[in-house]
Amino acid sequence: MKVLVAMSGGVDSSVAAARMVDAGHDVVGVHLALSRNKTYGDGRQRGCCTLDDARDARRVADKLAIPFYVWDLSEEFAEAVIDDFIEEYRLGHTPNPCLRCNETIKFTAVLDRALAMEFDAVATGHYAQIVQGAAGPELHRAVDPDKDQSYVLGVLQPRQLARSIFPLGADTKDIIRAEAETRGLLVAQKPDSHDICFIPDGDTAGFLQRHLGSLPGEIVDSESGEVLAEHDGTYAFTIGQRRGLQLSRPAADGAPRYVVDVEIGSRRVTVGPPELLDVYALEGIKPIWTTSPLGESPVELLAQVRAHGVPVPARAYAHGGRMMVELLVPIRGIALGQAVVLYDGTRVVGSATIAVTTRAA
Amino acid sequence: MSDRSYLDHAATTAMLPDARAAWLAASEHLGNPSSLHAAGRSARKVVEESRESIAADLKTRPSGVIFTAGGTEANNLAVKGLYWQRQQSSGSKSPMRVLASAIEHHAVMDPVIWLGEHEGAIIEWLGVDHDARISTTKIAESLATNPAIALCTVMWANNEVGTIEPVERIAELCKEHGVPFHTDAVQVLGQVPMNLGALGADAVTISSHKVGGPFGVGALIVNPATGFTPVLHGGGQERDIRSGTFDAPAIAAFAVAVRHAVAHQEEHSRAIRDLRNDLVERVLAAVPGAILNGDPDLLGGGRLPGNAHFSFPGCEGDSMLMLLDAAGVDCSTGSACTAGIPEASHVLLAMGVDERTSRASLRFSFGYPSSSVDVDRVIAALPGAVDRASRTVSSRST
Repeated sequence: MKVLVAMSGGVDSSVAAARMVDAGHDVVGVHLALSRNKTYGDGRQRGCCTLDDARDARRVADKLAIPFYVWDLSEEFAEAVIDDFIEEYRLGHTPNPCLRCNETIKFTAVLDRALAMEFDAVATGHYAQIVQGAAGPELHRAVDPDKDQSYVLGVLQPRQLARSIFPLGADTKDIIRAEAETRGLLVAQKPDSHDICFIPDGDTAGFLQRHLGSLPGEIVDSESGEVLAEHDGTYAFTIGQRRGLQLSRPAADGAPRYVVDVEIGSRRVTVGPPELLDVYALEGIKPIWTTSPLGESPVELLAQVRAHGVPVPARAYAHGGRMMVELLVPIRGIALGQAVVLYDGTRVVGSATIAVTTRAA
Repeated sequence: MSDRSYLDHAATTAMLPDARAAWLAASEHLGNPSSLHAAGRSARKVVEESRESIAADLKTRPSGVIFTAGGTEANNLAVKGLYWQRQQSSGSKSPMRVLASAIEHHAVMDPVIWLGEHEGAIIEWLGVDHDARISTTKIAESLATNPAIALCTVMWANNEVGTIEPVERIAELCKEHGVPFHTDAVQVLGQVPMNLGALGADAVTISSHKVGGPFGVGALIVNPATGFTPVLHGGGQERDIRSGTFDAPAIAAFAVAVRHAVAHQEEHSRAIRDLRNDLVERVLAAVPGAILNGDPDLLGGGRLPGNAHFSFPGCEGDSMLMLLDAAGVDCSTGSACTAGIPEASHVLLAMGVDERTSRASLRFSFGYPSSSVDVDRVIAALPGAVDRASRTVSSRST
């Protein structure tokens, strides 16, 4: 097969590329330049798209003796991922930009371009597994639970999955690092990326403030209605947040308080006891069904609402173009804009963007 | 016969066997050309003979040949060195004006921008017409109306679309107004006759690896009467304008390459022009909608003979480059690259080409190893590449 490997310059996609070469494929490496401001790394912060990362990817490609190119998708990334991220926060939502990037950039812009250029598939260093099932390709969790990235791949449509390869999903990160070492790849000891790649300093609130400006409002107690503090913008708060509230007075009972509501119109942030955060049901819009869609009758599955969240038992069905999910164990603190991903065991059933949460049982 | 076709000679060309031989021969000698003993003198002799050889070939004086570590350094020295010198001799620290064509190579454009940002220089970008040719009338107007012009810099020929600029006339105009004139001649050496004595520019940039010499050596050929403030400070080896130990082997090989380029310029130009014209004719026939950028007169003297530059509207240039690369053709999108990241070409934008079309462009450039086999290979691969690359654009959202 002709396989294009998306090479970030990190250890995972480097080993993925090496494995594709070993498997006998005709491999081409492509590094995605996603940042509008091309910068060199400072050697400490770990993004995924500095010029140093591009050079690391190039050196791995040299070592593997495969052609290598850089694709500048910074405009597409800015529009589909960064602008979307800012806009979602402006609306009081909590988006996952990695998921958005997979949906719009890696498995749309890159995959479509690769297919147009007559590649057969795109391989990445994501930790997830594709299994050929009776109804078509299935997406499953990776073997390594700490590294499993099936959640952020829940946005893949069947046609995208059919053209994707995840060569690392059956191994743990330790094995991948050791393999990179054995292969003599210089990136073997490179640290993992954790932060949002376009906010390398990790200061999301500062980033949002630069883009959204100061939008002051009040922080109000859920029970007394009392104004406890002022804030500079609702975007610095997310449902379930406890830290960084800087409230002048403790709660009457001395218990910690959490953000339980964020209203954009009034710019009011409401804080209260954690019980108010328990979500018993949710509705997701724009559902994506990984292999085949759910029907209208509820099915017992597992639901996960964060990249590293714990999956909980749920009953789910499709209704009116939405994904309806009843959580059999409540999840504490779900913000709108988060993605819900449904699993049947290790298999991804589908995903949707959470638009409605129900907090009473 | 190679199974690949290298058609990116404007980026760099193959090293000439004679240049390599000269390089290796000089590398066998011990001695710093600036040392006073026998070893030093012998190394210095290599440098000075090379200097005289290059000066003779380009019809100028040896004293004006300032060796540098390549074209970029020579351009920086010309632009910054002239600016600082002019400002110093004006006796005032007030900002001066720089006239520069809008289609300069980054090695000129970026030092000019730097002067604007860091020294307060007033930059006047001289526009070009749709063929990328500069208007001498506009330059004349600007020279006549503006006092305090530090320098004027206009490339002899554009590296992307191959348009040759009226540098003789610009040099005359600058002389009339007492404004130093610099021209980046990196692309023209070996493709166009160069008589620097007749040109009378204050500074001319040439580069070794574009004519079959090694990388990392070039020269700024200056009018010895024109002052330059150094950019690199140190031992003052080159007329106190440029410091750094002479790279005698590279300089020797450079001189051999220049000698070859000048001696064979006429036949070489004819040979690559014929190949180029064949390519243009067949590309325009094979790819409907293809556009030739730059001077359309393929037999006239207004275009570098080795340059062909096309736009294929509706395609992505870097996709085409990838597909041609896979088909055994090395070419270029012709635009500047930062670590391999293509940007829309400022040259095409200055010519009035829209951004989308400018991204749909490819440059093919011929050199002495080129043959009709290379043209055939492009014609065999290009229509399919264009077809597939056009699908890569329609699948993108922007």
